[in-house]
Amino acid sequence: MPKGVKDPSYRKRIGYHAGLLAGIALIVSAVLAIGNKQTKAEIELRLEEDMRASLNMVLPPSLYDNDLLAKTSTIITNNGEEKQIYVARKKGKTVGVAFKMAEQGYAGPIQVMIGIDYNGEILGARVISHLETPGLGDKIEEKKDDWILGFDGLSLENTSIDQWAVKKDGGRFDQFSGATITPRAVVNAITKGLSFFKEKVKPELVIKKPEKDKEVSHEQ
Amino acid sequence: MSNDYKTIVKDGIWNNNVVMSQMLALCPLLAVTGTATNGLGMGLATIVVMIVASTIISMSKGIITQEVRIPVFVLLIAGIVTLVDMYINAYMHELYKVLGLFIPLIVTNCAILGRVESFASRNEILPSMTDGLMMGIGFTLILVVLGATREITGSGTLFANASLLLGESFSFLEITLIEDYKGFLLMILPPGAFIALGFILAGKRVIDRKMATTKTNEFPVIQPVSGH
Repeated sequence: MPKGVKDPSYRKRIGYHAGLLAGIALIVSAVLAIGNKQTKAEIELRLEEDMRASLNMVLPPSLYDNDLLAKTSTIITNNGEEKQIYVARKKGKTVGVAFKMAEQGYAGPIQVMIGIDYNGEILGARVISHLETPGLGDKIEEKKDDWILGFDGLSLENTSIDQWAVKKDGGRFDQFSGATITPRAVVNAITKGLSFFKEKVKPELVIKKPEKDKEVSHEQ
Repeated sequence: MSNDYKTIVKDGIWNNNVVMSQMLALCPLLAVTGTATNGLGMGLATIVVMIVASTIISMSKGIITQEVRIPVFVLLIAGIVTLVDMYINAYMHELYKVLGLFIPLIVTNCAILGRVESFASRNEILPSMTDGLMMGIGFTLILVVLGATREITGSGTLFANASLLLGESFSFLEITLIEDYKGFLLMILPPGAFIALGFILAGKRVIDRKMATTKTNEFPVIQPVSGH
């Protein structure tokens, strides 16, 4: 504050300082609350669109006729984690599922959305979020490299388990120059996703006819 | 009056540049400059917050007292950043997907607090807005230069994915400078940022010194070297 400005004596009281701080805090919170109220619906809509867009990439929309987001199923993984499963149905019959898998990459968790048909074959896989190094590890993104498309059509049946690794580890998938940890994490995420599908999702949602209140499997 | 604005512009972009002279905002600077595009994104988001924060604080300087000014500034800046974050997410969602990561980082940017405290809280609204804009531009400039340096040396490209930030019409900016470049990991990782920043700072010193000598040749007056 410039020294020359008139400084009435009430300004020097502690009450003024406290009141000022409280007043500003009140105004800022009020403005934030209004902003939140105004944008909340819109943001949720945008997030839903994002979700639909990533689901469309791993589950071809021509395959199913239901609304994937209208009703999802929850299945508990071997680690006790609850996983949301998006089930694609055509005329009431389950044709495929999609769910997210996360695996620790080089710089942080990598989230992969995997779409699997009722046979256990991959319909599509996409990395939806990651913190890998730009220019090195980000080749796992579909818009930067078509590496991730190499998983399409593969399953645990048509590809033996030791093939599910990067070439450096004796598997079939390319690593990137300068980045092995990142593709290895993606391969692991997808492999785990496939075995999760085989062990838990398929018995619950594909073979057994899914019922409304029996959609959560329980850990033995 | 116009002279004042000239000083503000010069200070913001060169003489008193946030990074090169004040050595502020190094945390976001080093974090996001892996590519020129990321640097540009962070810079644009910072410019917006800086202008708004400078304006609001300049307007309310009459009621804020010396004793509680810092918490009040922090409160206001955090509030502005959160609002900007929410509105960009809701109404400019495509941009948010690219910039979203950087916006919360702006709160940690001490350059904004520094400018607000040393300029906006002592000046009128219009000069404060100009100062916010110019300091923001100066910061953006360094972000882009550092980002470009690291991107070229580290991965051989320039403005990769600029079209994601600025729209398809800017895809001409995306250049692959070195074909089949194997990449130079060090430059992409944080140490590369420190090394490149060191060269940029040294470069500024050299240019400043050259300018000072030409000036002294013209007017033979010994000028004290200003230390920051």
